[in-house]
Amino acid sequence: MPVANVALNQALLLAAVLFTLGLLGLLVRRNLIMMLVCLEIMLNAAGLAFVVAGSRWQQADGQIMFILILALAAAEVAVGLALALQFYHRFHTLDADAASDLRG
Amino acid sequence: MNATFYVASIVAVLTTMLVITRAHVVHALLYLVVSLLSLALVFYSLGAPFAAALEVIVYAGAIVVLFVFVVMMLNLGRHTAPRERRWLTPAVWLGPGLFCAVLLGELIYTFYAGLPGREGVNVVPSQLVGMTLFGPYVLAVELASMLLLAGLVGAYHLGRKEHLER
Repeated sequence: MPVANVALNQALLLAAVLFTLGLLGLLVRRNLIMMLVCLEIMLNAAGLAFVVAGSRWQQADGQIMFILILALAAAEVAVGLALALQFYHRFHTLDADAASDLRG
Repeated sequence: MNATFYVASIVAVLTTMLVITRAHVVHALLYLVVSLLSLALVFYSLGAPFAAALEVIVYAGAIVVLFVFVVMMLNLGRHTAPRERRWLTPAVWLGPGLFCAVLLGELIYTFYAGLPGREGVNVVPSQLVGMTLFGPYVLAVELASMLLLAGLVGAYHLGRKEHLER
């Protein structure tokens, strides 16, 4: 099994960049589906950090946390997309700003 | 294998940038697939083959397909792309971009200044992952299955037809 000879912090740096990009997308996008996609990117980056840490200490725990994050992401995206469908049928748009009834 | 890691991570970052900037939802999803596949390559080069396989199967396979199904159901795409493009003005990017850049700088500072992180990474074989998953972590597996069941029931409840027509 080939292993890259990279330092731990370079791989963590990749996770940080991906997480920040996902956060930026989540803040900027107004389309509900794109917001869910950005949440997936962020969860994936968190999983990458776990896998990197697990590889560093040669423990399986990192990959197990990745599997649990995967299950979480699957459940989250199922409920989130069902909510997006409801949203679309109610407001006929996916603009997250359309649901502003709570505005004071 | 070093080059694999660097090339794959550059591809992952670039395609993720494209994902968050595309106005057309389907284009964004296609770039997301490329990003996830390159991240799977990163996992493989970091000595986590099991995570790499799961990344391809579950993320690039199942989760993106869910997104594509919803995009197809709602018939999004060409006619929503111009409005989406109007939302993505530079003024919208300015504030969040600035604060996210600050956050990223802080993270980079933490990685390079605070912690001893010069050591390389090692292979974690799939057998070890499986043994640990169904050994000490079996309770977490059960909890994850209950979470998935709750997600299934919730998605079914929210997606019902009579619920939609109200």
